[in-house]
Amino acid sequence: MPRPAGEIILTNMINQPEPKAEILARRDTIVAAFRGMLPPEAVIAEPIRLRPYETDGLSAYRQPPLAVVLPETTEQVAAVMRYCHAEGIRVVPRGAGTSLSGGALPMADAVVVGLMKMNRILDIDYADRCATVQAGVTNIGITDAVQGRGFFYAPDPSSQLACMIGGNVNMNSGGAHCLKYGVTANNLLGLKIVTAEGDVLNIGGRHLDAAGYDWLGLLTGSEGQLAVITEVTVRILRSPEGARAMLAAFRSNEIAGACVDSIISSGIIPVALEFMDRPAIHACEDFAHAGYPLDAEAMLIIEVEGSSEEQDALLARIRAICEQHDPISMKVSQSAEESLAIWKGRKGAFGAIGRISPDYLCMDGVIPTSRLPEVLRRIGEMGDVYGLKVANIFHAGDGNLHPLIMFDANDPESFRKAEQFGADILKLCVEMGGCLTGEHGVGVEKRDLMPVQFKAEELEQQRRIKTAFDPDWLLNPNKVFPLAASSERSARTH
Amino acid sequence: MQTNFTAEQLRDPETSAANQVLRTCVHCGLCTATCPTFLLLGDELDSPRGRIYLIKDMLEAQRPATEDVVRHIDRCLSCLACMTTCPSGVNYMHLVDHARTYIERTYRRPWHERALRAGLGTVLPRPWLFRLTLLGARLIRPMTGLLPRGGMLGERVRAMLELTPTRLPHSNSANTQQVYRAQGARRARIALLTGCAQQVLAPEINQATIRLLTRLGVEVVVAPGAGCCGALTHHMGQHDAAMTSARANIAAWSDQLKEEGLDAVVVNASGCGTMVKDYGFMFRTEPEPWRSNAEQISALACDVSELLSRLNYEPTRAPPGLTVAYHSACSLQHGQRITAEPKALLQRAGFTVVEPAEPHICCGSAGTYNILQPALASRLRKRKLDNLRATTPDLVAAGNIGCITQLSGGGLPVVHTVELLDWMAGGPVPEAMA
Ligand code: SF4
Ligand code: SF4
Repeated sequence: MPRPAGEIILTNMINQPEPKAEILARRDTIVAAFRGMLPPEAVIAEPIRLRPYETDGLSAYRQPPLAVVLPETTEQVAAVMRYCHAEGIRVVPRGAGTSLSGGALPMADAVVVGLMKMNRILDIDYADRCATVQAGVTNIGITDAVQGRGFFYAPDPSSQLACMIGGNVNMNSGGAHCLKYGVTANNLLGLKIVTAEGDVLNIGGRHLDAAGYDWLGLLTGSEGQLAVITEVTVRILRSPEGARAMLAAFRSNEIAGACVDSIISSGIIPVALEFMDRPAIHACEDFAHAGYPLDAEAMLIIEVEGSSEEQDALLARIRAICEQHDPISMKVSQSAEESLAIWKGRKGAFGAIGRISPDYLCMDGVIPTSRLPEVLRRIGEMGDVYGLKVANIFHAGDGNLHPLIMFDANDPESFRKAEQFGADILKLCVEMGGCLTGEHGVGVEKRDLMPVQFKAEELEQQRRIKTAFDPDWLLNPNKVFPLAASSERSARTH
Repeated sequence: MQTNFTAEQLRDPETSAANQVLRTCVHCGLCTATCPTFLLLGDELDSPRGRIYLIKDMLEAQRPATEDVVRHIDRCLSCLACMTTCPSGVNYMHLVDHARTYIERTYRRPWHERALRAGLGTVLPRPWLFRLTLLGARLIRPMTGLLPRGGMLGERVRAMLELTPTRLPHSNSANTQQVYRAQGARRARIALLTGCAQQVLAPEINQATIRLLTRLGVEVVVAPGAGCCGALTHHMGQHDAAMTSARANIAAWSDQLKEEGLDAVVVNASGCGTMVKDYGFMFRTEPEPWRSNAEQISALACDVSELLSRLNYEPTRAPPGLTVAYHSACSLQHGQRITAEPKALLQRAGFTVVEPAEPHICCGSAGTYNILQPALASRLRKRKLDNLRATTPDLVAAGNIGCITQLSGGGLPVVHTVELLDWMAGGPVPEAMA
């Protein structure tokens, strides 16, 4: 039997604040108003066309929005925001929709403001080493624009091919090379934002420290809850003279973990230090054909950069440290193509897990590197208890774990177990003196775990900050804070 | 990714194959980054992930296709850049092919759309008819200026007329004769797909291929009964017409295989190559011997550049001192994952080879796309030509007739890779350069 258009036939809905009935009732009027302020192709309101917008990189959670708008200019964003503010309509900002924590998950009564059409590079200043781009430029797009002149943009999340800079700022994204270059916050100079009321503000500038409060610091990692970011100014850096990656294969996760700790505590800071376990190695090799060691239980990708003498010296020291951990093999990349393939495998790692499992939850916790071996052992044990496979891929150098829990979304029981397993892993991170999120943000995925990390007073203080920016709690309100707390806030304002 | 099909739905082999593809997609979104239509339009619905989702929703609900789905699927170039990018190995090609057939079965397009598609599906695969049509088009070409600007219909007719070549080569015997003997000792025997549109638009490509291969000791067979590969109709969702074309080829080549043996089925239009390599999948549920024969033909299929790499091609002329911008046809780089061979061959032939920025982005030709979606196609053409010109080459080489037609007339000579290789091995100067 054919089902009627737009009928919701999937069941995995996450709990959401109660949609506002009066907004749902005025849907047609609201859509007509958007059509009046935006180009025709920029408003999506038909149920069938809304479906692909119901989810992001965390596809286990889904909710079609009230409408999607795709503005092309800051002025159009401001017009949308002014209208939504006046009418009390919730707004969910969206970049490329690659969030692994459900940061762009819509709400039934919310309009999704997608910034993908805003994909222009606005200005590149090589003398002052900064670039100003629209929020919908991809992370790699910035490097692509400047590498011809020997520059690059440093933070490199695995999804850098697709993820957009506005989202990077909102999630304070990191990446493999953050060990040396820092995360988004350390590479950000200025922002153009549209406030909840629809005002356009410029924050920061083209230099590292701006006068007054550190607004940039406040907005970075604010998960679309304080403002809509439309333009970003970032630092661009001179590309290193050269870089070389090395693969080291080990007999167990614990041994590889111990080797990471030895490297870091020796004082060496490689430009990247990445960990992959057996399932990850196999899935990624299948995709990238990078010559990963298929006989290993765990592998480290270690990259150094500098002049070729500097590289040689560092690699020799790192080799010596690896030798102490009974490696199965060690291999230094011999060409630019080989290094490219090595990184292609690592950067495609999450997607590559799709080759061995229909679904996964990608966790994102941080622990002190000294606890790595213990944490990896405990994750393995938990996996046995839950009867679920887990692949470990992560930025080992800064203790940012990404255990990928494999499950089958067509089996509700398997999904429930995966969620529980994920929560246990994150609690373990906090217990070990680490934290709930490294670079993916809290989103919806981890909002109910926030009380594990923060005291009630600490959470309340954060909510006050949100209220200062967004008194009516209209901006991405279903994220970051435990649902009960968000709903209470939203209710209090009416 | 979760799917929601009933057990009954999954009993249908087509639906079950689609489900397999959907289950492999983890909705990571990486593919959006290299999709030409997402780059131009910035809408998830015009990205691979968005299309996958639209298709999933349509198939799950068993809903007849509607205009708001068809619009976004029609805009897909089938360039398959998304498949190269996808880390999970999602076979988008099989999914979108199925969706196109599903659309043709369940959706009634406006009359002019139906007429155009039926017309293209009838004319292009038949060389004699296509020739006749082009002769007619040349007569009315001077009147292009009279067409109304704007409206879809006018733009399409304009696009078609602009694609008609100013010069129409004579039909040539290379496309009809049957066996071309190897020079010297025979090293291999191959069947050459002479194609449909290509032999009308540029018969010199087949001539160059035959000259080059026979010189290298290959016996080239143009099998009687083989013709259009079926890709043109396949991409318009005209499933039955595509199967008929494919069946004729499989029969013709299987006969050759049985009688005197074949070492390869060689294709010099990469759009067709991708198709022939997929015959095995297309015939997977057909009765024997079709199923095994199709599989065998797909396994034998190779692009002419693959064969030439195996045969140790060597030039005989001195290096010409020319810089060639190599344009990677999507069907070659994404459809067949052939990227290094053509460039290496051109270098071996003595050319300086450069590559434009954004080599992975489609030029907008994409089979009949430049006729069906003229606005997007011409934006992609301009983008590609700008990138090619920026490399300041003497000429452009590509391995697919679609791209060659699309990029010609942009100020740079555009030739088939094989014509250059043939030239440097003793053949004539490629016509487009003369
Ligand atoms: S890259 Fe592959 S797995 Fe990821 S969304 Fe696209 S098709 Fe799906
Ligand atoms: S085939 Fe090309 S146009 Fe179609 S979705 Fe994939 S990348 Fe986009």
